[in-house]
Amino acid sequence: MSNALGLAKPRAPRRPAARRSNFELYSWLFMRISGMALVVLVLGHLFIMNVLDGGVHRINFGFVAGRWASPFWQMWDLSMLWLAQIHGGNGLRTVINDYARKDATRFWLKILLYVSMVLIISLGTFVIFTFDPNITD
Amino acid sequence: MTASTAEQTSASGSKGSEPPVPEGAITVTVKIRRFNTEFDDEPRWDSFEIPALPSDRVLNLLHYVKWYLDGTLTFRRSCAHGICGSDAMRINGVNRLACKVLLKDLLSAGGKPTTITIEPIKGLPVHKDLLVDMEPFFEAFRAVQPYLINYSPEPTRERLQSAADRERFDDTTKCILCACCTTSCPVYWSDGSYFGPAAIVNAHRFIFDSRDEGAEERLDILSDKEGVWRCRTTFNCTDACPRGIQVTKAIQEVKRALLFKRV
Repeated sequence: MSNALGLAKPRAPRRPAARRSNFELYSWLFMRISGMALVVLVLGHLFIMNVLDGGVHRINFGFVAGRWASPFWQMWDLSMLWLAQIHGGNGLRTVINDYARKDATRFWLKILLYVSMVLIISLGTFVIFTFDPNITD
Repeated sequence: MTASTAEQTSASGSKGSEPPVPEGAITVTVKIRRFNTEFDDEPRWDSFEIPALPSDRVLNLLHYVKWYLDGTLTFRRSCAHGICGSDAMRINGVNRLACKVLLKDLLSAGGKPTTITIEPIKGLPVHKDLLVDMEPFFEAFRAVQPYLINYSPEPTRERLQSAADRERFDDTTKCILCACCTTSCPVYWSDGSYFGPAAIVNAHRFIFDSRDEGAEERLDILSDKEGVWRCRTTFNCTDACPRGIQVTKAIQEVKRALLFKRV
């Protein structure tokens, strides 16, 4: 069928054949689901850190150490880190896709974005899992 | 020379003498974005003072310029009654058909002088003045296979359909391919390879047709990188559609069909 159209309009621009990939569908879906999860995670985080029990004034090394002693808060912070990074990164990816005019600009901005995502995710994950409450200097 | 002969000569391209100003006419300024690729490096703005009635359409103003003031003004129009979809342009910053916008709806409040700006639709290459190259637009239209696909043996009578089944895609049958929606879409402005609202509307028309069997194929095409997932639901397309099609809703229905794998 596309051949017939090609013959009818020989100089018409052709778009590359569909790659039959569902990546954009899943990334769209991920944005909705992670967004909902982040509402709970981030608002909960802000409430605990800033409002509950005297709020921000009680935060110190011991407080953080106490929270990360529990796997629940470790998982909370870990999922918040991963979801926020990937949600924000994916959002920026679409912004770059929308606004970058040149292919080269788009490519390098995305490389910058992905590198920063990987760096922050790995650094954050590393800290959460290797945090040593008995650290002495 | 009478007005009617003036119109006849002008129809062949030469400038006629200006017709008598009708009673009740107001003078409006029409600012048109002009671009002649042969002589100009940059587009420029031309202003014309035109006597017109409040009941005139913007297309009448353009005719006045073309027939009596500057015969080099170039724009498309065919039926002039909102059916053919030739004269889509950006009027006062929004995409409209020039033949469907009345001057009385554009007049400044309190009898202040009125200026109407007219630009070519955005996102498509300008050939001259208000005339744009529609080929990228039609290429996206063709790419979604906007025709009936049915693999079963041809019936001896017409393909029947219930009223409810027909209602399912009624809204998207109204499209006249004027490109108002696609060229009002910010994603299309920056990324010309996005299919654009009009192509998705025409895919929707067949995807949700109970007589059609090509839904899966079209959904595959629209799920791709440049497909429906680029839509940011800004509703520019719905606002722009001169036929009142709920374009953004149609795009959302295609997304839902993809998400739940159900038409």
